[in-house]
Amino acid sequence: MIPLLGRTAVLLALAACAVGLVTGVVAAVRRSPEALRWSRWMAYAFFGASTLATGLMEYALLTHDFSVDYVAEVGSRSTPVWVSIVSLWSSLDGSILLWAFVLGLFMAVFAWSTKGRHPEQTPWALATVHFVGVFFAFLVAGVANPFGLVDPAPADGPGPNPLLQNHILMVVHPPMLYLGYVGMTIPFAMGAAALFAGRLDAAWTRALRRWMLVPWGFLTVGIILGGWWSYEVLGWGGWWAWDPVENASFMPWLTATAFVHSAMVMERKDQLKGWTISLVLATFLLTLLGTFMTRSGVFNSVHSFTQSPIGPVFLGFLGVCLVGSVLLVAARVDAMSPPKEGLAGPASREMAFLGNNLLFAAFTFTVLIGTVYPLLNEAITGKQISVGQPYFDRMSAPIGIGIVFLMGVGPVLPWGRVEGAAALRRLAVPAVSAVVALGLGLLGGQRSGWVLATIALSGFALGATVLEVIEPARARARALGEGLGTAFGQVLVKARRRYGGYIVHVGVLIIAVAHAVATATTEKTTVTLIEGGSTQVGEYALTYLGAESLDEPHRRSLVARFGVSRAGEELGVLAPRLNHYKTMGQPIGTPEVRSGLDEDLYLSLINVDPVARSASVDVLIEPLVWWLWFGGGVMSLGTVVAAWPARRRTAAVVAPAAAAVDGVPS
Amino acid sequence: MNPALQRRLFLVGALVVAGGALGAVAFGSMGENLVYYWDPTQLVAAGDDGVGATVRLGGVVKPGTVDWRPAENALAFEVTDGKATVKVKATGAPPQMFREGIGVVVEGTMTDAGTFESDRLMVKHSNEYKAPPEGMASGDRQKLYETVEGI
Repeated sequence: MIPLLGRTAVLLALAACAVGLVTGVVAAVRRSPEALRWSRWMAYAFFGASTLATGLMEYALLTHDFSVDYVAEVGSRSTPVWVSIVSLWSSLDGSILLWAFVLGLFMAVFAWSTKGRHPEQTPWALATVHFVGVFFAFLVAGVANPFGLVDPAPADGPGPNPLLQNHILMVVHPPMLYLGYVGMTIPFAMGAAALFAGRLDAAWTRALRRWMLVPWGFLTVGIILGGWWSYEVLGWGGWWAWDPVENASFMPWLTATAFVHSAMVMERKDQLKGWTISLVLATFLLTLLGTFMTRSGVFNSVHSFTQSPIGPVFLGFLGVCLVGSVLLVAARVDAMSPPKEGLAGPASREMAFLGNNLLFAAFTFTVLIGTVYPLLNEAITGKQISVGQPYFDRMSAPIGIGIVFLMGVGPVLPWGRVEGAAALRRLAVPAVSAVVALGLGLLGGQRSGWVLATIALSGFALGATVLEVIEPARARARALGEGLGTAFGQVLVKARRRYGGYIVHVGVLIIAVAHAVATATTEKTTVTLIEGGSTQVGEYALTYLGAESLDEPHRRSLVARFGVSRAGEELGVLAPRLNHYKTMGQPIGTPEVRSGLDEDLYLSLINVDPVARSASVDVLIEPLVWWLWFGGGVMSLGTVVAAWPARRRTAAVVAPAAAAVDGVPS
Repeated sequence: MNPALQRRLFLVGALVVAGGALGAVAFGSMGENLVYYWDPTQLVAAGDDGVGATVRLGGVVKPGTVDWRPAENALAFEVTDGKATVKVKATGAPPQMFREGIGVVVEGTMTDAGTFESDRLMVKHSNEYKAPPEGMASGDRQKLYETVEGI
């Protein structure tokens, strides 16, 4: 029953997109409001049909309906309910279905929010979104069909990949990433629409920026949660390994970040239009490339599910989109109004933005070639190689430090031409805070040049950012006789977008420092202890208390207990474990982490020998790791502050034009 | 030539130069940091050329060669593909499933002394996997990498 219903829903979704695509193009070419109405309703219809299909699949997973192909592949009667729910994104076909659902969600909100606005661009944008929708609906209906009928239905299934059911973060990390990845479709469609229509006015630019900020925020959260998951599950004590799959999510993030900055130059100065729109298109293309790499099995990784026929199809779609984008930009970029004047002198905010964009582009380029080179090499020579982590570390360190430096310089410099002396004066406070940060780093025992440079420049950027927030508040307090607190709040509310951006910057600085320090100073020791034996690692004393076996329906866990104290103070018992899933020969560890503001103690169980009554455990002492996740939280907060839609009432007073386009809920 | 075109040409030229320089640095750095996926036969065949390169060596732990000293955190064993055998020295403790005759992938470098020094050891456990008597077909090796990687 479910296979039939599901298949019907998917075909309805495909039909809706196809109709929406045709009517969208007709609406754009003939300027027909009737066709536009149809295209919009088809977006709602696609959303409804894809929601229905996804709901049916979740129902099948929860009721263990093994007559459904996908449930037979990843379902199991012995898994907990939450694992059954998240099984939707634990394998290829289900994740493409989730993709279609998220696309439907974005599509419907976009269609609704552009109703009666931007008459020139909206039809083209809807048509483009429908075009992408046709492709994904086609995937779900064809090569990645999850609703195949299994007859006779098996009594039970194997359950999803154990690595993916080993931690609760699996519930949130993939959906966040999907919301980011899929959400990039909307800015892509809007960028393409601007090119098709040959018009990129202020209202469309503002809407585009906001529609980019929403998926950008989700992508940020998704990437950080992915690092956290890796830290909590994989047992090597790290959060980022320049794995192709991590790179796949990082590259669109880089180009999207570049866009968020160049869009400001575009809005303010009416410049860099072609470049900014190219960034939007590139971001979407990189999400397609990332999906191709992670979903086609060209890389061996926890994220690549199986060798599947989806690879060539995806590559074809990527090729079509790439060629289409390049042609579109080449043919139409001059139709958008060209710049009236050149960029201002070397010391101006727009120059800082330009530098930022070049660095982000360089970053994307280095990550891209490091990720794609092994693929090309294998395709040509047939030999398997990979690009080692040192390449990425060596290339990204100077670029990252350059970006941090510009985060300090940019906010201090005003728009347009600037007096050299005035600019230097404004750099005084940041310079002092850089020196203070450097001193703190040295006091904290940091000796590596790269780490100290990161700390000093982060201090510099933090000083500049804080100055940017405090100065206007003080000026307002003086001018209006308000208290400093009130003035501060008012300044923040009046320019939420800018101050949201600064909050994001503070989050990035926290992450930059924590990442540099933690990577450089983590100490790893392997210890083997006999039951009752103890050892000292740094400030920590570890006593092996013994191991026990825990039986659950879907797995058996070997739990080793260690009594831990730090400098004489009892910290209690830490219990890292090895989980043997019934469906997988290999055990999977669950490290136990004791987090602190200063450092984490990370225990990862390697082996337990019941005969010798011994256990081996990796002990890692990692400073400042907690701040990585905290910095991620600060970044999300800043994004929400910047992207939160303005209330119509207030907005109507401040900027009527903005109120007309900023109807994007986030 | 009008100024706008001149400006554009200058910009494109500057970008090409900068991109070329970045590409040269990146490719140079990449060449020094490649990781090769070899089996013992390929590693032995490479001889001195293999010394110093980062290699992901896949094979089977040769029975009777495992020597683990917990006190020194030293693990030594030999990896074989049925045709050639390589001595491996690893630091740290052997993973739970590590035993004689099991498939492993070790990442590290070959030293002048002829031992492979590894800083990363991954075990592949599977019921259907057995030490191949006549050496591994490349498909087997591929399968081995697939099952242990990404962890």
